[in-house]
Amino acid sequence: MSYQLKPWHEIPIGSIVPEAGSSKLNHTGSWRMLRPVLNYDKCTHCLICWIFCPDDSIPVSPQERFETDFEYCKGCGICAVECPYDALEMVPEMEIKLKELEEEIG
Amino acid sequence: MAQTKVIALTGNQAAAEAMRQINFDVAAVYPISPQTELMGFFAEYVANGEVDTEMVAVDGEHSAMATCIGAAAAGARTITASAGPGIAYMLENLYIASGMRIPLVLLDVNRALSAPLSIHCDHGDSMLTRDTGWISIFSENAQEAYHNIIMSVKISEKAMFPIIVNYDGYIVSHSIEDVEILDDESVRDFVGPSDINRIPYPLLNTEKPVTYGATAQPDYYTECKYQQHVDFLKVYDIVREVFDEFAQISGKRYDLIEEYKTEDAEYIGISMGSSFGTLKDAVDRLRDQGKKVGAIKIRLYRPFPVKEVAQALSRAKGVVVLDRADSFDGIGGPLFKDVSTALLATDNNPFVHNFIYGLGGREIHEEEFMRAFDRLERLEKGIETRENFVEYLQVRE
Repeated sequence: MSYQLKPWHEIPIGSIVPEAGSSKLNHTGSWRMLRPVLNYDKCTHCLICWIFCPDDSIPVSPQERFETDFEYCKGCGICAVECPYDALEMVPEMEIKLKELEEEIG
Repeated sequence: MAQTKVIALTGNQAAAEAMRQINFDVAAVYPISPQTELMGFFAEYVANGEVDTEMVAVDGEHSAMATCIGAAAAGARTITASAGPGIAYMLENLYIASGMRIPLVLLDVNRALSAPLSIHCDHGDSMLTRDTGWISIFSENAQEAYHNIIMSVKISEKAMFPIIVNYDGYIVSHSIEDVEILDDESVRDFVGPSDINRIPYPLLNTEKPVTYGATAQPDYYTECKYQQHVDFLKVYDIVREVFDEFAQISGKRYDLIEEYKTEDAEYIGISMGSSFGTLKDAVDRLRDQGKKVGAIKIRLYRPFPVKEVAQALSRAKGVVVLDRADSFDGIGGPLFKDVSTALLATDNNPFVHNFIYGLGGREIHEEEFMRAFDRLERLEKGIETRENFVEYLQVRE
């Protein structure tokens, strides 16, 4: 996403940020080194991972845990530590990328 | 004009009286001599229900300033007070307050910094704050401390910068003087009601949520600081405006600097705070001896009144800057460097010398300031020479 840099006189006094929810603009998923890979066979949808996720990156309904939102997941691994069913494994992002690349090349 | 009455008060009592009349919303404080007594007096007003202030006893000065920043950002009219090492401990948060453009009052009851430990007066603590982006005003006596506190609220809120009011520990804070007190109503009319919407982004306005203290990356930090820089230069006019408005209720007209017998003076001494009375006495005695001398007091220390100082020194042959703090930098005291820089704004090129005096509460006498003038004159005339710009005035050999 491209955005225009403001000149000094257009910055709100005290460098405050006047819009709420502006952290959505920051796609923190790009920082991720380890990806939480979910094993759906083990997951019981207890939603404990959702309670602990510090970045609100686990979308859920009252009954179901959906796939992690990788636009914002930083790969901190708290979900994998807290999961009582060992349903999450932290896999190096590089391994996943290489695997995807190999599949693509064939 | 306000109704006035003259009563005998210490500096701390006069400051507490100003705080009572202003009726701050929040005061977050941690005790440290010589400020402790001030907050003791004010705590009585709080306990007796004479003010509506929420007084928060915090765990240290760093927390005191953090609490004040939060309260003031919410929209509360806020004050804290400290001294010496307490100012040093809150230093990180002073930069945060000015960067976030929080209107806020800090009373610095000037005290020396350790080590060796001293609870007595010098300006070492205040000199820590000179680059923090706070407005800084010095008071010569209890009367000025009382007036400065009332004016500081308005200056800070108009400028959207935090402000420090300095008065000398013990010499002013614990000495009894006659102080002319204004009536409560006039003071409250002057500072105006505390409405959260007097600042642009009060956190208590839940209709318009904002983030204070966010990160600025390299693509924004310079612009944020430049805005602060430009707005800080507007403080001179705001201070003059408030001084004018205050003159209308108090009858006392203040200026950014105070000049004493400088009109035809060849040699001029410059000081801040309580020693200025002694300096004026030294000037009078030297005038009796036929010497053309004068004195200048810096009232507004930050932003530094460059033009006023340059104008006042535009005819002087020699200037002696009297610093109540050392910089330990091989150049000279903080005020010496400020005055020397201000001289770039005039074509006059007087001889400038620097003396350090009054450290850790050392009493200063007229004779010592007279000796400073004498040394200046001898240096300027080439009768004596110096190895450094800066010398100590009161050392036992």
